[in-house]
Amino acid sequence: MIGGLFIYNHKGEVLISRVYRDDIGRNAVDAFRVNVIHARQQVRSPVTNIARTSFFHVKRSNIWLAAVTKQNVNAAMVFEFLYKMCDVMTAYFGKISEENIKNNFVLIYELLDEILDFGYPQNSETGALKTFITQQGIKGQHQTKEEQSQITSQVTGQIGWRREGIKYRRNELFLDVLESVNLLMSPQGQVLSAHVSGRVVMKSYLSGMPECKFGMNDKIVIDKQGKAGTTDDPGKSGKQSIAIDDCTFHQCVRLSKFDSERSISFIPPDGEYELMRYRTTKDIILPFRVIPLVREVGRTKLEVKVVIKSNFKPSLLAQKIEVRIPTPLNTSGVQVICMKGKAKYKASENAIVWKIKRMAGMKESQISAEIELLPTNDKKKWARPPISMNFEVPFAPSGLKVRYLKVFESKLNYSDHDVIKWVRYIGRSGIYETRC
Amino acid sequence: MEWASQLCENRGLGSKMTDSKYFTTTKKGEIFELKAELNSDKKEKKKEAVKKVIASMTVGKDVSALFPDVVNCMQTDNLELKKLVYLYLMNYAKSQPDMAIMAVNTFVKDCEDPNPLIRALAVRTMGCIRVDKITEYLCEPLRKCLKDEDPYVRKTAAVCVAKLHDINAQLVEDQGFLDTLKDLISDSNPMVVANAVAALSEIAESHPNSNLLDLNPQTINKLLTALNECTEWGQIFILDCLANYTPRDDRESQSICERVTPRLSHANSAVVLSAVKVLMKFMEMLPKDLDYYGTLLKKLAPPLVTLLSAEPELQYVALRNINLIVQKRPEILKHEMKVFFVKYNDPIYVKLEKLDIMIRLASQANIAQVLAELKEYATEVDVDFVRKAVRAIGRCAIKVEQSAERCVSTLLDLIQTKVNYVVQEAIVVIKDIFRKYPNKYESVIATLCENLDSLDEPEARAAMIWIVGEYAERIDNADELLESFLEGFHDESTQVQLQLLTAIVKLFLKKPTETQELVQQVLSLATQDSDNPDLRDRGYIYWRLLSTDPVAAKEVVLAEKPLISEETDLIEPTLLEELICHIGTLASVYHKPPSAFVEGSRGVQHKRLPARAGSGESAEIPDIGQSGPSEAPFAVIPSQGDLLGDLLNLDLAPPTATVPSVQPAMPMGAMDLLGGGLDSLMGDESDTPSVSHRTEVQSPQPSSDYSERELGDIGGIPSMGASLGAAPAVMPAVLGGASAVGGGLGDLFDLGGGVGMPTGSYIAPKIMLLPAMKAKGLEVSGTFARRSGVIQMDLSLTNKAMSVMTDFAIQFNRNSFGLAPAGPLQILTPLSPNQTIDISLPLSTSGPVMKMEPLNNLQVAVKNNIDVFYFSCQYPLSLLFVEDGKMERQVFLATWKDIPNENETQFQIKDIHLNSDVAGNKLQGSNIFTIAKRTVDGQDMLYQSIKLANGIWVLAEMCVQTGNPNYTLSIKCRASEVSQFVYQCYELVLKN
Repeated sequence: MIGGLFIYNHKGEVLISRVYRDDIGRNAVDAFRVNVIHARQQVRSPVTNIARTSFFHVKRSNIWLAAVTKQNVNAAMVFEFLYKMCDVMTAYFGKISEENIKNNFVLIYELLDEILDFGYPQNSETGALKTFITQQGIKGQHQTKEEQSQITSQVTGQIGWRREGIKYRRNELFLDVLESVNLLMSPQGQVLSAHVSGRVVMKSYLSGMPECKFGMNDKIVIDKQGKAGTTDDPGKSGKQSIAIDDCTFHQCVRLSKFDSERSISFIPPDGEYELMRYRTTKDIILPFRVIPLVREVGRTKLEVKVVIKSNFKPSLLAQKIEVRIPTPLNTSGVQVICMKGKAKYKASENAIVWKIKRMAGMKESQISAEIELLPTNDKKKWARPPISMNFEVPFAPSGLKVRYLKVFESKLNYSDHDVIKWVRYIGRSGIYETRC
Repeated sequence: MEWASQLCENRGLGSKMTDSKYFTTTKKGEIFELKAELNSDKKEKKKEAVKKVIASMTVGKDVSALFPDVVNCMQTDNLELKKLVYLYLMNYAKSQPDMAIMAVNTFVKDCEDPNPLIRALAVRTMGCIRVDKITEYLCEPLRKCLKDEDPYVRKTAAVCVAKLHDINAQLVEDQGFLDTLKDLISDSNPMVVANAVAALSEIAESHPNSNLLDLNPQTINKLLTALNECTEWGQIFILDCLANYTPRDDRESQSICERVTPRLSHANSAVVLSAVKVLMKFMEMLPKDLDYYGTLLKKLAPPLVTLLSAEPELQYVALRNINLIVQKRPEILKHEMKVFFVKYNDPIYVKLEKLDIMIRLASQANIAQVLAELKEYATEVDVDFVRKAVRAIGRCAIKVEQSAERCVSTLLDLIQTKVNYVVQEAIVVIKDIFRKYPNKYESVIATLCENLDSLDEPEARAAMIWIVGEYAERIDNADELLESFLEGFHDESTQVQLQLLTAIVKLFLKKPTETQELVQQVLSLATQDSDNPDLRDRGYIYWRLLSTDPVAAKEVVLAEKPLISEETDLIEPTLLEELICHIGTLASVYHKPPSAFVEGSRGVQHKRLPARAGSGESAEIPDIGQSGPSEAPFAVIPSQGDLLGDLLNLDLAPPTATVPSVQPAMPMGAMDLLGGGLDSLMGDESDTPSVSHRTEVQSPQPSSDYSERELGDIGGIPSMGASLGAAPAVMPAVLGGASAVGGGLGDLFDLGGGVGMPTGSYIAPKIMLLPAMKAKGLEVSGTFARRSGVIQMDLSLTNKAMSVMTDFAIQFNRNSFGLAPAGPLQILTPLSPNQTIDISLPLSTSGPVMKMEPLNNLQVAVKNNIDVFYFSCQYPLSLLFVEDGKMERQVFLATWKDIPNENETQFQIKDIHLNSDVAGNKLQGSNIFTIAKRTVDGQDMLYQSIKLANGIWVLAEMCVQTGNPNYTLSIKCRASEVSQFVYQCYELVLKN
């Protein structure tokens, strides 16, 4: 198990050091600093073995978090824990920065004591932690016995992510379907790889312990219902449903139920959380197509022409469109002409950045640039990094649709109809690249 | 995030925003000031002071002098202050054990507190204070807390048992905490169950043979129920524990799998990987024709792919694991090639791992895409990545024959870029392609030669030289090219020197007229001016070969080389099996067994996959060899790897992973011999290991470069392997013959039949080992004996020559069990003509180890003032049966069950007219110990154990039927290839 946990600033000074196991000595702190933080070469692996001691690290801005062990620990768990640790700290005091860590070091020690016992991760849900790690020590004394046992049963209980007795005057929930669409396209327009990784983020402001059931146009579910005897044309329903390659759920979702019935049921945490993640690779709507044309004119000049085409309903608008066309390192000057938006050559980033605020569906736009090059005797050819694109569209490129989210709370006096529900779809570019 | 920042603001109203000031106090007399503040009456000031102390502690200052003052602050109502003091205590109690006692009372009192949070805090902290005196006081409160009404206290107490066990294992056992902990597995609260499982698993790890985690179907059922209810971390503990269970049959295995599969949809990657581990392991037991087996395979792919969208660090862990899974079950991800394409912004460690997996998944179906990708990568910035991409192109060519031509042309394109390291890398892989497809792509040689001058890395230079030498007849100016290298001969690395020597000899054999001068030059450089024994030896051998028999030289040096294999970098199967059992853990990230990086007793246990139920299928043969011809070698390797893994106790056995598939009949030992001696002799042969070493990029273990490998010899004199070199062509054939002794040697020295098989009590008569006519008048005969624990080689040396012999010395080549002379050959007086001397040479088993074929083969070099002579012989395995080979009954039973059935071999011992007791006694004389005897239906069953000098246990069951002269012997051993030799020992002992 985890033997110790250290937090360093960018200089390698220790901000937090908590040792859980006897086999981790003080020198481990220095070993990591010397061999990883101050290493001359770029870090080649997030797991480092120094003198039979293994170090796992993650970096958040310029803060290093390192977990140390001498045993054959579950490596995936250690990283998951480090991420979780970051989430918890962010939930308590905002951004992870040297200042914030120094300002909250007592709190961090208290948290570390609670969420890691002898190197074993314990309940690390912020919802539960906030009920008793409050940094107001005196409060502990004024709790009634009931309050105390409520805390402990929540921390250890089956529904560790939600406390009892939550009350809202207005029961409301927000569903965000956030997708990032990834593409790698060959210069000839052939899709080398494309996938959507999506998340369903829920903000729930619901009273009591509501039972929720979430439904979407999952092909497997729809097909099953189709078979069950509805008169729907199977071809039609097949078109509307999507094939989900894989999905993962927040721990509140009953996985065995999903496995057997493919229904998504859960008692949600209070506030914002990520209900599910999913991935699709079939029938993806690629919102934009990039058509590059690069011509080398002699040794000192490049001509670049890039066309982008929007490929969705004309009534919808894409936003925050940005096309990044890399230029060689020896570029001396660039002249750009674009029909729409603004384009600029940014020498520091070695790229032409073309920005368009809005663009409707089924349109196309073009940019052409002349790039002057300095003559070099560098034998190495320019690697031609791919042209990348950023955008945001108001639909889900995977085709996912939320069919329902039903809320049942038997003890309290509100029904599914009383809950106000909001659904929003946002499709963003992930790594959306076209080679040129 | 809004509420988070809001929270910060709220908190800012208090004193929290200023905590950072504690980090800045560096005044003189700080300790003194702190002392005063700690003793202040004001609560606030006290708390501030403790915070300062903790801050100093964090940055590494020694504040242990404040111990009494800080402990004084412990008695407080303020929980925050209490926690700070506890933190201090955990850090310094060990350095001030006497003072720490002061805190005991408070702890004991806190364990009775009405607030469960405080009770838990006290028991949690107490377990972290590693002071013997305190642990004594801990027992009572811990006992209470383990049965506390509050689950929060119980779950904390469960972990505390593990803490206490770490400090004082005996105490935990004496106090009966282990039983209480076991009871907690049935607790109503899932988190208590999870922590109890975690604690028990950890404790069980340090008691490998105890039956602590008594996993039976009932407890498994409880665990599976808790799995659905506990936290994500608890699920990991439970899944990791489940992975240690071996289901009774395939039905149970399937039902567990069914209940574990839902975990594949968990958001936590560690839960997913641990579930994959359980499934991969239990799947072994499912019959392959079962529908469910196919379903399960299909279910595994999507979650594995999803892991690749996690954060980069987790991606890295996932990729290292996928690398193993792809080797074990390539069918799972064979259609998922695209997801392993490298993204421009991937961290370098992710890129390198993806590349590795891409090559493993490359097949005829996707090769076009893969090649297009690899070509892109070869133009990237990171040097390591580019190199690996270029090598990958070469590996594709070797793996997928249809793509070879495209790969070669891609490589040529890359060479045209003139980027130095790309060119060098390309040349190295092209050499491998030549080895795989001889006489096919030689047209590119001209292009390669153009780049001769830009090569500055030894490996690339050596590869180029090899190509020039190999195709000397097609390169007009081959002599000039090689001559140009010769100028700086002594500045070259050994690798290049050896290649150059061989290449020039090849050139000479092909074009003798023009190159006589050149060959003389290189031979004298190698033999006279070099102090590298490898080089010198090789030089001499060539020299003698060329001067005595040029025709034979041609046959030897220009012999046809075996083709190189396509899968060169597979992890050795036993290691792979073990790593599959460790999916998700550090072992799977390092690709090393835990014993390689974990100290002490933990993790030393070797985990294995369960055997498939019912079917007599032999140990899992990876389904990698899809093409016909490569299947055979894979069937051969596992057993050998098995042996090597166990015999040598190697962390990684690189050579095993690299047996060329074209030599199915060529066993490991011989291969290694080639690697050791022959290779360095035969420059051209050396490419076999070279490929493997280079391509085994993911192996973090430092592997010696092939040509720098030592000859298995005695400094100065030509090596064992070297002498073998004279007959490389006959080797495989000879090895096929059962009675052949020591491969080529048998042929060379015409030993005629094997060597006798003497045993422990019975010592075989000496037999002729080295006839006089083969050894310039020296005749050697001998036998082996084990006398009261000492292994001896009894030798008779006879001088049949006309002159006196002096200066005797003896050396063994590396062999399977590391036999080596324990001292020098004690022949002090010169041996006059016709005189015979008898000596006993004590042997040790601590010499260098290399697997031989047959296993008990021993190659010996004897030197005298005249020359060095070689012979090989076989020793009876009973030589290695040690005196303390009696296993305890319990252990025997457990081990017998533990060893998979396919490792069991049955033999018949015929014509033995002894009753079982006599036989038992006789065997005992040779350290074959009878542990138990059972009589069933007139049959005597003897259960016997043997321990080999290198720690291998052999278990046997001998069935003696009254009136039947034929015994049935079943031998079970993890290294099943020793069985046959053990059987021979039985036969010898019983018959003599």
